[in-house]
Amino acid sequence: MDIPKDRFYTKSHEWALPEGDTVLVGITDYAQDALGDVVYVELPEVGRKVEKGEAVAVVESVKTASDIHAPVAGEVVEVNTALEKTPELINQDPYGKGWIFRIRPLDMGHLDDLLDAGGYAEVLESEA
Amino acid sequence: MLPNATGGVVDDIYLYRLEEEAYLMVVNAANIAKDWAHLQALAQGFQVELKDLSEEIALLALQGPKAAELLQGLTDTDLSGKKKNDVWEAQVAGRPARLARTGYTGEDGFELFLAPEDAEAVFEALVEAGATPAGLGARDTLRLEAGFPLYGHELTDTTNPLCTPWAWVVKKEKAFYGKEALLASPCRERLIGLVLDTGIPREGYPVLAGQEQVGRVTSGGYSPLLEKGIALAYVQEGASEPFFVEVRGKPVRASLSPLPFLPLK
Repeated sequence: MDIPKDRFYTKSHEWALPEGDTVLVGITDYAQDALGDVVYVELPEVGRKVEKGEAVAVVESVKTASDIHAPVAGEVVEVNTALEKTPELINQDPYGKGWIFRIRPLDMGHLDDLLDAGGYAEVLESEA
Repeated sequence: MLPNATGGVVDDIYLYRLEEEAYLMVVNAANIAKDWAHLQALAQGFQVELKDLSEEIALLALQGPKAAELLQGLTDTDLSGKKKNDVWEAQVAGRPARLARTGYTGEDGFELFLAPEDAEAVFEALVEAGATPAGLGARDTLRLEAGFPLYGHELTDTTNPLCTPWAWVVKKEKAFYGKEALLASPCRERLIGLVLDTGIPREGYPVLAGQEQVGRVTSGGYSPLLEKGIALAYVQEGASEPFFVEVRGKPVRASLSPLPFLPLK
């Protein structure tokens, strides 16, 4: 499974990529593979204030619906509207075009509470 | 359907008549114990012998438009002479099998009853010949598109089958267990098919007419062929369109659809 080293991870299989004073959020390669074909994504409203761990978006595959959680507290400042018409981007490019929403964290320092690529790899190993 | 004393459904079954007085009943695996107890109680006072063959038969389903062509290469029987619901015995990939031209997908196909020790070899031979292994998730999508009920969802011990699109299985002119209770019980709700404008309905989601909840989704999912969310749902008798399905707190317009959702093959 591909786990890029340029970003942070959660135990619930989200990734968080810092960009300036914002953080891009999506789901990992492992998560998209486990879900199977993604056929619908429910995006949050821009401007919504979210707590760390709050369910912010929903990714639905043929099999199941899965909550996507905010990796850090902050405000949703952008959503990936391309997913409304092409949710399969999450399968095709989970770390790139399949990003889900962008958060402006209350404190960028909160990212340090998340897992790095090595820590996330250990989570996957413990689940295997 | 296997009726109970109160007009409900014990299980949704397939019953094959193998000989003049020999039948093979295929039940839902989750209901084996319940069905067995029910049938044993009913058998009291009849000249009938019941055998639970669950551990002696393995079942594989080969389904899809190419099923006959694929299977023909592995069996001597001329499949072009076999109609839907026919049941016969033949060799498949050199192993003894009982076959039935039926399935639970809405497509042409076959169910293969095998000795458990032969199942793996036949499975491998089918895959070798071009079959794609598919699990229960894929099968659930297919049966939902085909508008077939799944026991425990659309049919239960308290379901009145006459209030469903599958009422045709009840032959009112014939005698059967629980008939009086069934014919006396009114339809308080009826089963409908819904196609959603957006989103995916899941089991348990409320069905609304206006602001009011009038029912619930019993099976839901995404139809890859329609590219839409589809559902089977019970709604109160008399409830009328427009219907909405509440998807995570948000009402989504749901159009009434005839069943099956897609034309059956």
